[in-house]
Amino acid sequence: MAKEKILMPKLGESVTEGTITSWLVKEGDHVQKYDPLAEVMTDKVNAEIPASFTGTISEITAQEGEVIAVHELIGYIETEENDDEVVETVENNEQQLEKNSEVDVADSTDHSMKNRYSPAVLKLASEHNIDLTTISGSGLGGRITRKDIRTLIEQPDKQNKAISSENQAASSAMKQPKVKNGHIEIPVTGVRKAIAANVTKSKQEIPHAWMTVEADVTGLVTYRNNIKDTFREREGYSLTYFAFFIHAVAKALREFPEINSTWQHDKIIHHQDIHISIAVANENELFVPVIKHVDDKSVQGIAKEITQLAYKARNNQLLPEDMEGGTFTVNNTGTFGSIASMGIINHPQAAILQVESIVKRPVIINDMFAARDIVNLSLSLDHRILDGLICGRFLARIKELVESIDETASLV
Amino acid sequence: MTELSYIEAIKTAMYEEMERDEDVFIIGEDVGAKGGVFRATEGLYDTFGSDRVIDAPLAESGIVGVGIGAAMYGMRPIAEIQFADFILPAVNQIVSEAAKIRYRSNNDWNCPITIRAPYGGGVNGALYHSQSLEAMFSNQPGLKVVIPSTPYDAKGLLKAAIRDNDPVLYFEHKRAYRLLKETLPEEDYVVPIGKADVKRTGEDITIITYGLCVHHSLQAAESLAEENIDVHVLDLRTVYPLDQEAIIEAANKTGKVLLVTEDNKEGSVIGEVAAIIAEHCLFELDAPVKRLAAPDAPSMPYAHVLEKEFLITKEKIEHEARQLAHF
Repeated sequence: MAKEKILMPKLGESVTEGTITSWLVKEGDHVQKYDPLAEVMTDKVNAEIPASFTGTISEITAQEGEVIAVHELIGYIETEENDDEVVETVENNEQQLEKNSEVDVADSTDHSMKNRYSPAVLKLASEHNIDLTTISGSGLGGRITRKDIRTLIEQPDKQNKAISSENQAASSAMKQPKVKNGHIEIPVTGVRKAIAANVTKSKQEIPHAWMTVEADVTGLVTYRNNIKDTFREREGYSLTYFAFFIHAVAKALREFPEINSTWQHDKIIHHQDIHISIAVANENELFVPVIKHVDDKSVQGIAKEITQLAYKARNNQLLPEDMEGGTFTVNNTGTFGSIASMGIINHPQAAILQVESIVKRPVIINDMFAARDIVNLSLSLDHRILDGLICGRFLARIKELVESIDETASLV
Repeated sequence: MTELSYIEAIKTAMYEEMERDEDVFIIGEDVGAKGGVFRATEGLYDTFGSDRVIDAPLAESGIVGVGIGAAMYGMRPIAEIQFADFILPAVNQIVSEAAKIRYRSNNDWNCPITIRAPYGGGVNGALYHSQSLEAMFSNQPGLKVVIPSTPYDAKGLLKAAIRDNDPVLYFEHKRAYRLLKETLPEEDYVVPIGKADVKRTGEDITIITYGLCVHHSLQAAESLAEENIDVHVLDLRTVYPLDQEAIIEAANKTGKVLLVTEDNKEGSVIGEVAAIIAEHCLFELDAPVKRLAAPDAPSMPYAHVLEKEFLITKEKIEHEARQLAHF
């Protein structure tokens, strides 16, 4: 038997840490090489950690909800090779375990001191950003001792089993919304936390300004309605309006490079590539995968890519590369029936376009009422980089592009 | 290298200092021909004669007073108080004269006297032969109070006291006299006054104590080590003025502090140690500072069973330390 470490893998170029969202195995489980061990989430992606060895999970040291740096230890696996030295370590650990459990037995029923923190514990916890509610203590009445914290800080890998298994219990309990006097507490973790951090950064740093134009897409609607069923039969996926809008936006971005840019304090970067981020949500989470080089792609190619990315997002298969490199975001708010919204810019981009719901409206054409399909296109812009004039022209260009589509078009 | 008991270490220190410096002399009750009630001065009378080992009347105020006068004239007296319990008639001399003369005379005079006094219980001595009186002298600027816990420290601290240019009160635990033995270096050495000493390093809890309680604490630490409780032991050695730096360091080391004294709890030296910790270590503390001391009863009982109940023992320290470690 040899004892191997399970480490947090590197899940993307700029990813330095990940949160264990859930363990898919427990201690004592036998796993094959490449079996998924745990689900992990970064601010970019959700992924699974595969087993690097065939063997038995001997110890889990990282708890669910815990943020772990890349290459940090999250557990141990016993492989089937022989290694005397390691056996010794294992025995030591077992001895330690026994001792710890003796102490624990004495206090196991009493948790009265669990939330009584000494000054030393509070100081260490705040210095090292440790959430004390996720730790259970070895002290009297479940009290967290200074030594518990120091052990955690200095040797996270040597944390004893008694503590980590209690932690697991604690963290799974934490996932359940807590009901107190009628209100419900939901701990902020994972993607929700990442979303919160990103939008806060963006909203606080970027001076947002807003602008909306109305586009008459009656032609587009007619055209799409004409071909959507045959398209679906032929290609196996839907031709959405969204693909047409992204296609138009990419074209307009090529003409207005100012919009496809990033603020860098002492300079503004105009990006050569046009990579469009699209927002894809499932029940709880929001992902922003990227369609690369959109200006090289046809409406059909874009539609296909949207379908693929959306499928990956729903099934937690998005890779870090899928999320990287966006230079502009198009948000399909129309899906929700929205007709006006103010998007928060996807930092560090310069603008975000909200494509609202297409609604039939009475409009006046040549002094006569007509029933037309109308869509609002709402742009949020970084006013440090962009002004109303350029954005107005940009929106007008998109409007022109989408309004020019009619039943005679041959885009797909 | 010779193995010496605590009392032999004291005697050797006096012998060596008297040999080294002619100004050193001893004055006390029965210190001469008899060699002292505990035999601390045994043989010194024969070696150095009646001029330098002086039998004094039963008058402690006189013993200290004569010593102070001689010290102010350049001598280096060692005044022996037969039992610390008898020091009280000399308090006025020690506190109002010896401790203050340098300050009062604007540095014109000083008083290099050493006052030795056997203290502590555990010898069936009862009321008049068991008291711990260090606290009474431990708020008198100008006076130093030392209490060695080992033969090595006993010898080194006594030499330092004799060589010190100001009054030093030297309390020696009478139960330690023949209980503690240690191999001491042949060469001359002193143990600095004002410096505490780490007698054992540990990570789980800190015991800060002095005198014979250091011995009990080290024994308790040995037993606790078998339970995986790692005890740090700081020996104050000088109880006035206290080595604040060492106390803070020792308290910070584990964040869990047990203070031990044989003295009555309230108003004892360890209360001052607790105050230093409270002032400086709040954010390192992981448990309330704990004190283990004698009950606040007027005196050490005579009955053996009650005396044992009153005294600090290895078992009592072990019990308190264990509770603190598990806290």
